[in-house]
Amino acid sequence: MAEEEGGFSPQTVINYLKANNVTHVVWLPDSETNFLYTLMTQEPSLELVTISREGQAFSTAAGLSVGGAKPVILIQNTGLMESGDSMRGWAMGMNIPVVMMVGYRGWTRHGVDTDTAATYTEHFIHAFNVKYYLVESDADADRIQVAFDLAEKTNQPVAVLIGDEFHGFVQR
Amino acid sequence: MFQTADMFKAFAPFRGKAIVIPGRGGRHWINLSDQPDRDVPLGDPAMGGHASFSFGLAMARPDEKVILFDSEGDILMNMGALTTIAEKSPKNFYHFVLDNGVYATTGGQPVPNAENIQYDIIAKGCGYQSTYSFDNLEDFTNNIENILNQPGPVFVTMKVAPEVENTPINQRVRWQKKTRDQTIADLQKELGPRRS
Repeated sequence: MAEEEGGFSPQTVINYLKANNVTHVVWLPDSETNFLYTLMTQEPSLELVTISREGQAFSTAAGLSVGGAKPVILIQNTGLMESGDSMRGWAMGMNIPVVMMVGYRGWTRHGVDTDTAATYTEHFIHAFNVKYYLVESDADADRIQVAFDLAEKTNQPVAVLIGDEFHGFVQR
Repeated sequence: MFQTADMFKAFAPFRGKAIVIPGRGGRHWINLSDQPDRDVPLGDPAMGGHASFSFGLAMARPDEKVILFDSEGDILMNMGALTTIAEKSPKNFYHFVLDNGVYATTGGQPVPNAENIQYDIIAKGCGYQSTYSFDNLEDFTNNIENILNQPGPVFVTMKVAPEVENTPINQRVRWQKKTRDQTIADLQKELGPRRS
């Protein structure tokens, strides 16, 4: 597999978290986030809160937000689908302005899914009427800011679907 | 086994200025509380989330004592949350669990393995440094002041009598005095801005 510069850099994510005064990253590791994890542990302005099931992310973020902190949620699409009722009750129902960065496992630009995690992800998000933005590379990372702005404006969770891994190179 | 209402009466004199999330026993707390703007009776946004919510609140407000009255059904639904709480170990978090052995709000069906679970042992195994278990009011009353004077996180499980509800859910009387939005707004006003 050839690699070249480009793709979606984990440092880009860190920059947006810092620019938006994020205090806590509520997350569950997945196959796509290890590069980002390494950087987050080196960023003193971020406190990592590791959960063991994705539904906990929404109630944890709700408590942090009610207390005046600014969390983001970092999970994979598989875990998001597990978390429907928690997202409904603890984030949407509690009017929590939280950005959730969701690893889009199985996503391909050409649309031929070989992974049902990708097949159902957007259908799931549509069912909850949650706004979302797709980010594939640093070139469209400004959508992360759009998501932060919309979450604040609406007091609702907004998703950023990460269509590539957080590593900063392109896999061919 | 003791009554939830009696437990709250024993707890009330030692509440101080703590934030209280009264959970499923809230109807017994709401008329005892003398600081309603520091009470967070959320109802049931989604079962199993009260521990993580209260933990998050404690993390955001390390200078405020946060006291949760959880239930064993909620614990069972999200037991992994105990590991996150224990890892972060917020010193201002006090985690009480009402263990009545049943799903009381759905008619009183037993929770799985109700007779044999030891929640304090589970919490200890997840990493809570300080855990307690009470099955009578006298022991609880004799220990509550000491529990609240030690650093958190502290886990306290209590064997309480079931208060089973069978009324259809849309016919039940709402015991909360405020909406959820108002509850949160009052708490945030009471706490003021968070120090970064």
